[in-house]
Amino acid sequence: MLVIGGLLLSIWGMSYGLYYALLIEHQTLETIGSSLATSFASASQRKMDASRVNLESYALACFDYARQVDVHSHWIGLGILLVSLGVIFNRVSFGERLRFLLALALLIGSAVFPLGVMWQTMDRGPGPRVLASVGAALVTSALAGVAIGFVRARE
Amino acid sequence: MQAGNQTSRRDAETSLPPRGAERLYIIGGILLIACGMIFGDLFAVFTLHQNAGRIEAEMLSAAGAVAAQDPSEVFNRFAAIGGLLENRGTKVDAHVHAINFGYLALLFALIQPYVAMASRARKQIALVFLTGAVMLPVSVFLIHYVGTKYGPTEILGWASIAADFGGLLVIIAALSLLPGLLRHLRGPKPIEAGGGKRRDGSRVLLAGGTLLILAGFLHGAYYAAFNLADHEEKDAAILRSIIDNSAAENMAAATREVRNYGALAGEKAVNIAAHSHIIEFGLLAILLAFIQPNVRLSEGWRRWWTGVFLAGSAILPVFVLLELRLGTVASIIADCGGALVITALGAMLVGVLRQGVSRGVKAR
Repeated sequence: MLVIGGLLLSIWGMSYGLYYALLIEHQTLETIGSSLATSFASASQRKMDASRVNLESYALACFDYARQVDVHSHWIGLGILLVSLGVIFNRVSFGERLRFLLALALLIGSAVFPLGVMWQTMDRGPGPRVLASVGAALVTSALAGVAIGFVRARE
Repeated sequence: MQAGNQTSRRDAETSLPPRGAERLYIIGGILLIACGMIFGDLFAVFTLHQNAGRIEAEMLSAAGAVAAQDPSEVFNRFAAIGGLLENRGTKVDAHVHAINFGYLALLFALIQPYVAMASRARKQIALVFLTGAVMLPVSVFLIHYVGTKYGPTEILGWASIAADFGGLLVIIAALSLLPGLLRHLRGPKPIEAGGGKRRDGSRVLLAGGTLLILAGFLHGAYYAAFNLADHEEKDAAILRSIIDNSAAENMAAATREVRNYGALAGEKAVNIAAHSHIIEFGLLAILLAFIQPNVRLSEGWRRWWTGVFLAGSAILPVFVLLELRLGTVASIIADCGGALVITALGAMLVGVLRQGVSRGVKAR
């Protein structure tokens, strides 16, 4: 489950990164640069309202860009982690049921946490933040469980 | 050490084929990671701080142009800032992608026993992967120098297209492994990675790596919960203040805010760098645990290099975080941590190559 799930998550993350780099990233970077420059230029002409509007669009574009890059790298990184752990999961010294639950929490958390971050670019409400936090908490607590399982293991 | 040597020789006979896909992935992966890290160190020493200083100077000039009511000079200064940011961004991207593809290569080496395919097909997939894994970071590095002059569109140059093609090759290679993995699921159970042989070094790397990743997750969660939104708000507020003070021709206040902007950028950068480096080193430790049976070194040396690797993996991110408080001293210690990791990786690469030479001699 972890090996296949992790590989699929990595491929998904890479494909999303490729799509983003090809179709959106250059335009977003252009927006970031031009809106900040225009904001300063408007101020130099003492058009302070236009300056503020451009600064807001700069902040929005930065907010989106940081999260899109985070989403891409976290999906891939977590995918690689899942595959690595999947191969040695038999060394996690717990019963079969608990190991299955840990693996499930890792997989769901790894998929959901970046999804919540991506959702933040569409909705600034609490929903996306809660989803991202739940995903991150699932991954972190499951990883803590895995670490305990490795420490308990006797070779 | 003598006994360890004999153990290594016995293992070498049961592990990697001399020129198989696994070996290609391991050697390619370690080289990608080592090259990516050396490049990152050189970038940090020779470009990063100088670049930040130039960006700050250009920002001050832009603020001066606002005060002087000169919009065309504002655009000139921002064009220069754009160039400096592209220079920094493409180098960071090249560094990050080379290292991440190195991890992926080690990971693919690890799952080879689970891929039910002819060895020739697996080797071809490995070559496609490694071609893409080299092409992407090299092309990303070249984006700043090639530009968009002869590119098919105004915002897309040939270096970007080559980088995207490299990424596509990596995706194709990863997708090509999936049918083999699925076919294997229907077959007999896989043997454990690394020939099932466990070693003390690999156990330490496994536990140490998991704890490093956990520390990185906790730091990332803390940063996202308590600092991220605050930093984003401060970023916009400082820029607004620079603009307002410049327009009011209060250059002393504008200059102070530009300095604050630089300090904030530094604070964000060290937090993100510490978070990503500690997790990456943890992941690398886990991946290196798997290839230990293929590293032809005595147990003593193996334990030594494992210790060096884990020490460097903890020193680098901790002292990157301390850079804001301790300044250059922390930077130097962090760089030393990076050098420890690179040296340990080099030693393990030598071990993998020694095993290949030994197998080649035996085959002849």
